[in-house]
Amino acid sequence: MQRSWLARTVLVLAFVATFALGVLAHGSGLFEQVARYWGEIAYLSRQHLQLVAISGGLAILVGVPLGMWLSRPAMRRSAEGLIQVLNLGSTIPTLAVLALAMSLLGIGVVPAIFGLWVASLLPIVRNTYAGMLGVPAYFVEAANGMGMRPAQVLARVELPNALFVMFAGIRTALAINVGTAPLAFLIGGGGLGELIFTGIDLNEPGMMLAGAVPTAALAVLVDFAVGAVAFWVVPRGVNPLR
Amino acid sequence: MIKLENVTKAFETPSGRVIAAQGINMEVPDGEICVLLGPSGCGKTTTLKMVNRLIEPTSGKIFINGKDTDAYDPVELRRTIGYVIQQIGLFPNMTVEENICVVPKLLGWEMGKARKRAAELLATINLEPALFLHRYPKELSGGQQQRVGVARALAADPPVLLMDEPFGAIDPINREVIQDEFLKMHRRLRKTVMFVSHDIDEAVKMADKVAIFRGGKLEQFDSPDHLLAHPANRFIADFVGADRTLKRLRLVKVGAALEAGSPTVTAADDVARAIALMAERDHKYIVMVDPEGRPQAYLARDACRDRAGPAVQNSLPLPATIGLEEDLRAAVSIMFMHDVRWLACVDRDGGFAGYITQPGITGLLRQTYRAGAERVP
Repeated sequence: MQRSWLARTVLVLAFVATFALGVLAHGSGLFEQVARYWGEIAYLSRQHLQLVAISGGLAILVGVPLGMWLSRPAMRRSAEGLIQVLNLGSTIPTLAVLALAMSLLGIGVVPAIFGLWVASLLPIVRNTYAGMLGVPAYFVEAANGMGMRPAQVLARVELPNALFVMFAGIRTALAINVGTAPLAFLIGGGGLGELIFTGIDLNEPGMMLAGAVPTAALAVLVDFAVGAVAFWVVPRGVNPLR
Repeated sequence: MIKLENVTKAFETPSGRVIAAQGINMEVPDGEICVLLGPSGCGKTTTLKMVNRLIEPTSGKIFINGKDTDAYDPVELRRTIGYVIQQIGLFPNMTVEENICVVPKLLGWEMGKARKRAAELLATINLEPALFLHRYPKELSGGQQQRVGVARALAADPPVLLMDEPFGAIDPINREVIQDEFLKMHRRLRKTVMFVSHDIDEAVKMADKVAIFRGGKLEQFDSPDHLLAHPANRFIADFVGADRTLKRLRLVKVGAALEAGSPTVTAADDVARAIALMAERDHKYIVMVDPEGRPQAYLARDACRDRAGPAVQNSLPLPATIGLEEDLRAAVSIMFMHDVRWLACVDRDGGFAGYITQPGITGLLRQTYRAGAERVP
């Protein structure tokens, strides 16, 4: 009762704050300033999404099989070590990864995609690995005992039961990816970072917001999309949300 | 039929060779339940898993219905053998129907046939198909899950069923119910069952044959009654427990100890007739029945020696009666409760069938002891 009262108050306050912010923004002419960049926003958002889609897609394509491979019994011993190496990789700031990528691959879209790929690979590998290990051994034993071949055990038992944890990793990875993608501009990769960094350099808040607000919106949108996919793809029996 | 011939399994571990099963010879005839029994680490589960080749024997042969299991592809072999594990292992990502259809699907049945089979099986385990087919395992109770686990193992109608402590994780009350259900189903289906357990009571209840293991060796392979009456050595005697004679009571139905054909009187009969009947047979008691033949009361010879009149005036109430289908453990328990040395027995319709006595029961138990003593010199 008290909780819902609190929630309602917060909601009302948020609503009022948003409204006030809108009035303030309108009064200072910020809307017109942002609207001036409409063409750039549309173009750069597409570029931004392309960066995210390609680097994120590649990270999923590589990370999921890698995580699955590490979870195989034959890999048990070396898997933890490899995960630690990947962990180390993720402690390097993304900006540094981008800088390293630039020094290796030059400037442009390719090193940007590479950098983003590296940054989003780890959560996917780690969660896939953890998800697969989290499938109780007796499910595998039951599946073997009933006469499933190893590939069938993987596809019908292990993968579906690991899916929920795997999706959590993909969601984290893509959230990191969208949020980091503006940095791609710094090495000539394009994207909404162009408006953000140029806006900061020129001390033009309108331009900066024209980059920042769509970036935030994209992050929320991508997160929502992945959440929706997970909701429908993960079987109901192993999906705590359904 | 499952036949093991000199089966041995040795595991190579970093600390040396460990023999999990050594020279196991046994045969489970068609339609019987064989319980593999023993403390943990005794090799019973290893032996079970060698039958469907989840563990490959180091040496020896295993035959199912006369065919060498080595002649099969292990995966194909497993599809023809039902398998139930302690954790049940219903796949949580599949509905009850999908779980039951796993093996039929692997065998390439068409979907319609497999679905029909799933519905049939659910009905036989007392779960309403319309309600349960599309539920997920997490929406079932533990007992229901285990029933579905057994149904899943039976889906493709395999002749042989392997069960690895299938009822171990269920609470005692539900376990009894599920054991009874399983026995009832088994009497109808007559599968050849190999069943791992560490519970002597479960073994005595379920088994046609019990195989006791220790340290990888098969110590004794016998019927439950014979095992309890004649444990082959000290270890087995300890394992089956000091109360093994009481456990045997559970194996024998009241009908087997029944002393039938004893005379009865009715309420209108004269006491003199009752005394005469008792004297004729040298009985101390006689049962009085109602016109439908149901036991009503009894007369004691000492109490009505000098009495006259109708029997009903000299009768004493019966403390209890027992059905012929009950086991002797229940009978003895009732005797102890009422401090009596005999009980009147009734058939299914409640009619008087005869009586059992404590000397009769001990005599029956001694008989099997003596029969066994003759067999094993």
